[in-house]
Amino acid sequence: MIAELGHFALLLAGALAAAGSLLGLIGAGRGHAGMMAATGRAAYAQFACVAVAFAALTHAYVTSDFSLANVVANSHSAKPLLYKITGVWGNHEGSMLLWVLVLSFFGILIARFGGNLAPRFQARVLAVQALIGALFFAFIIFTSNPFLRVIDPPLDGEDLNPLLQDPGLAFHPPLLYLGYVGLSVTFAFAVAALIEGRVDAVWGRWVRPWTLVSWIALTMGIALGSWWAYYELGWGGWWFWDPVENASLMPWLAATALLHSAIVVERRETLKSWTVLLALVAFSLSLLGTFLVRSGVLTSVHAFANDPARGVFILAILCATIGGSLVLFAWRAPVLKGSNPFQMVSRESALLINNVLLTTGAATVFLGTLYPLAIDLLTGEKISVGPPFFERVFVPVMALLLVVVPFGPRLYWKRAEWERAVRDLWPAALIAILVALSVAAFVSRAPVLALLGVALGAWAIAGAAADLAARIELRTADWRRVMARARILPRSAWGGALAHGGLGVLVLGAVTMSVWQIEDAATLKPGETTEIAGFAVTLREVAPVQGPNYSAVRATIEASREGTVVATLHPERRTYPVTGMATTEAAIWTSGIGDLYAVIGEPNEEGGYIVRVFDNPLAPFLWAGALIMALGGLLSLSDRRFRIAVPGLRRAAPPAAAPAE
Amino acid sequence: MIRLAAAFAFFVALGSIALAFEPNEVLEDPTLEARARAITQELRCLVCQNESIDASNAPLAKDLRQLVRARLLAGDTDQEAIDYVVARYGTYVLLRPPISPLTYLLWFGPLVVLAIGGAIAWREIVRARGSGAAGGTPRAPESGLTQEEELRLVERRQANREAESTAPHERGAASP
Repeated sequence: MIAELGHFALLLAGALAAAGSLLGLIGAGRGHAGMMAATGRAAYAQFACVAVAFAALTHAYVTSDFSLANVVANSHSAKPLLYKITGVWGNHEGSMLLWVLVLSFFGILIARFGGNLAPRFQARVLAVQALIGALFFAFIIFTSNPFLRVIDPPLDGEDLNPLLQDPGLAFHPPLLYLGYVGLSVTFAFAVAALIEGRVDAVWGRWVRPWTLVSWIALTMGIALGSWWAYYELGWGGWWFWDPVENASLMPWLAATALLHSAIVVERRETLKSWTVLLALVAFSLSLLGTFLVRSGVLTSVHAFANDPARGVFILAILCATIGGSLVLFAWRAPVLKGSNPFQMVSRESALLINNVLLTTGAATVFLGTLYPLAIDLLTGEKISVGPPFFERVFVPVMALLLVVVPFGPRLYWKRAEWERAVRDLWPAALIAILVALSVAAFVSRAPVLALLGVALGAWAIAGAAADLAARIELRTADWRRVMARARILPRSAWGGALAHGGLGVLVLGAVTMSVWQIEDAATLKPGETTEIAGFAVTLREVAPVQGPNYSAVRATIEASREGTVVATLHPERRTYPVTGMATTEAAIWTSGIGDLYAVIGEPNEEGGYIVRVFDNPLAPFLWAGALIMALGGLLSLSDRRFRIAVPGLRRAAPPAAAPAE
Repeated sequence: MIRLAAAFAFFVALGSIALAFEPNEVLEDPTLEARARAITQELRCLVCQNESIDASNAPLAKDLRQLVRARLLAGDTDQEAIDYVVARYGTYVLLRPPISPLTYLLWFGPLVVLAIGGAIAWREIVRARGSGAAGGTPRAPESGLTQEEELRLVERRQANREAESTAPHERGAASP
């Protein structure tokens, strides 16, 4: 009964989405206040219905209702409760339901906090959101319905893929979807602006926080996915240039570009049509990411052709959304003319360079990911595009970007002075060079390119610090003035510097991991010791362990240096009897500046185990860097500029946060 | 990521958990071993999804790893060893596809995007500067104000404008 209730709520939500899009578009076109107001209410009702549907599916998972085909295929009664809940979105149908839940949630956010948008504009934004929703509801209802019953319910389910039964991957999809779908808001803003033919500073200010929310969620989602791949797959790596990873990287790159170009619109009412285009492209890439992951096209073009219902439907959504919005753009963009003058050396120019490089990066990932598919479809030839390609093409583009990152914040709008930026930044450049030189001096194997990478990472960090130092006049003013300036410095300035610094931390981790990672393996019997990666590694024992829904072999490995035990590691090898799958659980000991990473293999005939040990220098920097970037985003999001733009939040803020002006 | 997981799960289930190269495959000579690993990282495991033979635990990948090492021991250069594998399995094994008419777009596409983007940006910059010289300064005065002060000015003006655009709506919302 509860499943039927969910099913009905899903259908109702779809109808509400269709109604909301019509009400909003027609109401805004005719200036009918009642219809426009109804659009907002439809958004609330739509969210309520999807929430009911989602809760119903969750209930089915938690109570192991094996009369639902979706639950049978993806759950099992012995699965821990956490993974029963996360199993709701650990499959195609449920994840699509999560997608529309997030979409509807953003819908009510616009309805709730969009009070000081022009009513007509708000109605159009909501209508575009509802239209996207209607397309996805149709997709779910016609091709991916999670509420279908089975006639003859089995006694138990087929279990969730064991690799997904992991905290990292449990929360990766919701965060990633928050990012993907958040870009639908900027898309809706762009489409509404194109319909009205007006983009101004207020539009820029409105788009920025939404982009920021998506960007933060995407950053965290990608980092969480990468972290999961690091500890769960047991390969010692953190980024594999897999199409699925690339699918999330493309929207991230576009969102990063959008984040920066929206600043130019907000501050200077310049780059307007470019920013609108970027907003369309960013969400298009989100849809493409969903399509790539969901249609099965990546596994094989032919698998896609064999079972085309879903793929063709997503392709149709993709064509309608991307094609429709680009046609609208081509038609209306000329209306968005008008920009304010700026000199060659200015922040506008710096942000333009940022956009060109990020777009090139996104295009590179796009080409590398889709090229084998396109070649296969067009010529029937098979080619591979793997990590060596991306390392040779994508990495240099990002290196160029890193060179300019610290300059951006140090250049003034309209007309900046080189001399001033150089004066602010030379200590940062000096620090970067010194760091690279000291690495060259103390590390035995130091290729020039690796040193360049280290220098760039240090340059981004030191550059961010120099930016803050210059803003609070650390080098010239007395401490009282420095403190005063630090207090009035807007949070977005702190946030920007933090995000740029976090990028530098991440780069240091990435460069170090790719150049100085040590991987070694040995076959050990319990009690034996070997020298791996500079450690004396002893396999103490291997013992069986019983988990809630798996059985495991758990090794105890001691790594010691100069006679003292540095770390005791417990890597596991788990077998899930229901699916018959096995997973590795890498054991990681972290010192904060590096990880010791161990994986245990299968026993051989003589009772020996392959023990694989990685020395991963600066691996924690990868996650710390991503976290710092996201924190910078959050800090920027809390800037009072955006609170001014959101009246509900301003009222909620304590009076102590009074303006300093 | 879920797809990735599914893809990986297939191979994890397929073979043993002993991932990638095994200890008994490693060559005695460290420089030769380093060369072998560099080569195997560039070659694709044919039965896997987007994995190099260095990272894969599929039996075919193991065979190819041993083949590459055998070629190096026999005195092949890196290129000869790669060519040997390509001659038998086709260019599909190369994770870095060779530059050919088929892959011109792949290799030079990013460069073209960079060039076009750079050209557009340059035009924009030159144009913006030109209009600046001709049109003077229509917006906030430049002289005498620091960056922060100027920003605050822009901010206040926008706050005012938003207040203006809010007012009629709030009136509208009051009467349902």
